[in-house]
Amino acid sequence: MNFDYSDDQKFLKNEARKFLDGNCTSAHVRKVLDNADLSYDADLWKGVGAQGWLGAAIPEEHGGLGLGRVELCAIAEELGRACAPIPFASTVYFLAEALMLAGSDAQKAKWLPKIAAGELIGAFATSEGPGVVNAANLQANVVGGKLTGVKIPVTDGDIADLAVVLANEGGKPGLFLVELAGAGVTRETLKTLDPTRSVAKISFSGAAAERLGDAGEGFALTEAVFDRAAVLLAFEQLGGSDRCLEMAKDYAMDRYAFGRTIAGYQAIKHKLADMYVKNELARSNAYFGAWALNVGAAELPIAAAAARVASSEAFWFASKENVQTHGGMGFTWAVDCHLYYRRSRQLALVAGAPKVWKERLVQQLERRNAA
Amino acid sequence: MDFNDSPEEAAFRIEVRTWLEANAPKKVDTKKMSEPEILKLAKAWQATKAEARFTCMTWPEALGGRGATPIQNVIYNQEESKFDVPRGFFDIGLGMCVPTVMAFANDETKQRFVAPAVRGEEIWCQLFSEPSAGSDVAGLRTRAVKDGDDWVINGQKVWTSGAHYCDFGILLVRTNPDVPKHKGLTMFWIDMKAPGVEVRPIHQMSGGSNFNEVYFTDLRINDSQRLGAVGDGWKVALVTLMNERLAVGGSTGPNYAEIMALARSTVTEDGNALANDAFREKLADWYVQAEGLKLTRFRTMTALSRGQTPGPESSIGKIISANQLQDLSNSAMELEDQFGIITDTAIAPMEAAFQQSLMWAPGLRIAGGTDEILKNIIAERVLGLPGDVRVDKDVAFKDMPTGR
Repeated sequence: MNFDYSDDQKFLKNEARKFLDGNCTSAHVRKVLDNADLSYDADLWKGVGAQGWLGAAIPEEHGGLGLGRVELCAIAEELGRACAPIPFASTVYFLAEALMLAGSDAQKAKWLPKIAAGELIGAFATSEGPGVVNAANLQANVVGGKLTGVKIPVTDGDIADLAVVLANEGGKPGLFLVELAGAGVTRETLKTLDPTRSVAKISFSGAAAERLGDAGEGFALTEAVFDRAAVLLAFEQLGGSDRCLEMAKDYAMDRYAFGRTIAGYQAIKHKLADMYVKNELARSNAYFGAWALNVGAAELPIAAAAARVASSEAFWFASKENVQTHGGMGFTWAVDCHLYYRRSRQLALVAGAPKVWKERLVQQLERRNAA
Repeated sequence: MDFNDSPEEAAFRIEVRTWLEANAPKKVDTKKMSEPEILKLAKAWQATKAEARFTCMTWPEALGGRGATPIQNVIYNQEESKFDVPRGFFDIGLGMCVPTVMAFANDETKQRFVAPAVRGEEIWCQLFSEPSAGSDVAGLRTRAVKDGDDWVINGQKVWTSGAHYCDFGILLVRTNPDVPKHKGLTMFWIDMKAPGVEVRPIHQMSGGSNFNEVYFTDLRINDSQRLGAVGDGWKVALVTLMNERLAVGGSTGPNYAEIMALARSTVTEDGNALANDAFREKLADWYVQAEGLKLTRFRTMTALSRGQTPGPESSIGKIISANQLQDLSNSAMELEDQFGIITDTAIAPMEAAFQQSLMWAPGLRIAGGTDEILKNIIAERVLGLPGDVRVDKDVAFKDMPTGR
């Protein structure tokens, strides 16, 4: 039984924390938050690339480090803790995972080394409006290798070089690779709840599109990519919710009211204990997801759903109760609570809302029961 | 991350499984048996386990154990849980009481008591809680007064599991009411069959009687039955409570799988109840919590197999499982709609398991540390938050304000 990070993985995680402590402080996050023209922290992005994190799980033959997914999870946890304002998830959890899952040898050879080298930002474009995209309402369409349609919202769509786009072709849903610097692509940065993560509306009018994976498999592949991304995102959420608990604890220990530290009041202690319980349940579910992702287990869909539901709930609870514990200070722009409150919503929605994942989880339970 | 045993652990698991397959008693339908009949089976099984040293495994060989590691103990429990053997009668005695005797009694007393307890011939109970001392157990009032070489005991204990079939117990009493409450306590062992000890079953809100009140009327015991120094009872009690067995496994009632089966076979206004969105969301939440708990135990096992001692973080288990049981049972009854009120086991779905667990769950949220106390433990011992302001630390027990 080894249901924890190994010593090497702990070392990697610790190194990641040290790097981010120096290169991704609250000031770095706020630089992106407070500047409407800034979509990400380019210096941090370069630094993360130099650390090799972008290619951590990419095979060595494609220029990566060839580590396992658990190592990537350890890095993700630290990125979440630091609230990193970079397109890491879009590029690594979505684009690179989609390429490794469904890419042809040529596609992998062309794009994965660029990702590993930090030369390329990715995006994953499925949504077209409020609600869930499905076979009945999918509008984006590819004819003769040219994509037409509108994708909104696309995380990091304004800064990405390469997007994976869900679209129909000849009446069959598929995934397509689209180079966003090419002709027929118009991009507009949108205002969102979490300005530390950029989001765009992308309009395609005859943009060159190359199919990724088989025709007709668009939705199945999207689900499979989401399963992978959900596990990795769960670790970002976990890092964020553990940080919220720490912030709440540190503040409560130092804040005095009615003649004593508020950390001694049961109303605060029980709130923090509730945070701890949710975070631990989320961590256990996330670890199972990491294991399933790493070994390619048949349990991945249910493990990913459980990890996503548990981590989304934990981060939401920790981020809102962290604000509450900080009292009036927590409601100010100057104190960092809102960075995590915002990020908790961004992470909970980016790969589909928890409600959708609960439904997917129950479908998996039904399948297991029927088997 | 992997879920495999180390080679040594795998070998031990095979040894355990082989032994269990050869020795575990055949499955018996205990539903129609009386408690004394089930106890007889349990004692026989305990004797078999003791013979093969598959009980008290982490104890030294000289005391009946096999000097096993905690992870080996967990492996045995996991394997035994796959067999339908009688269990539950010896956990408190061997997990908490006898280790206290071993830590504080003289050699003669240990010689007398340890071996019969290990073999299941004598069962022990723990007499701590009182009507006025639950979460605040150090506020107990049962009084022991010195009389020559003897002590004379008067008072009442409550929520004593198994007192009606136990042979001996460890008893925490007040020997000095003139000092602050934690300093005036002393621990003894007692014979539960002695004159002056009266056991009365408690009629629980669930209808059953799993616990007892124990009354002491001029119970006379010799000073040689004392465990630890006079006035050191609280320190001794902490040793008892620290020995609380690491809870591994432990299903307490119907879970997400059972309510899912119920939903599938229940018709609601829009068809099969399993098709209901609100129900499906809850089902997902129950699954995530239950899996989270199961997987958290795997993390505890990892710590054990690395030679670490798991800390108070295991307190999260009961908070989650007890509350989920209550919530899930209620949802199951609502699924049944008007029919949900029926508790007749011949008529109600799943032999009224949900109705029974609804009535049992409130007890589970209280026994062995209330939700609130467990949250205090997490806050103070895991997160390091300060203890509450105490008004009772420096006040003589006799001067403390009392209510009910």
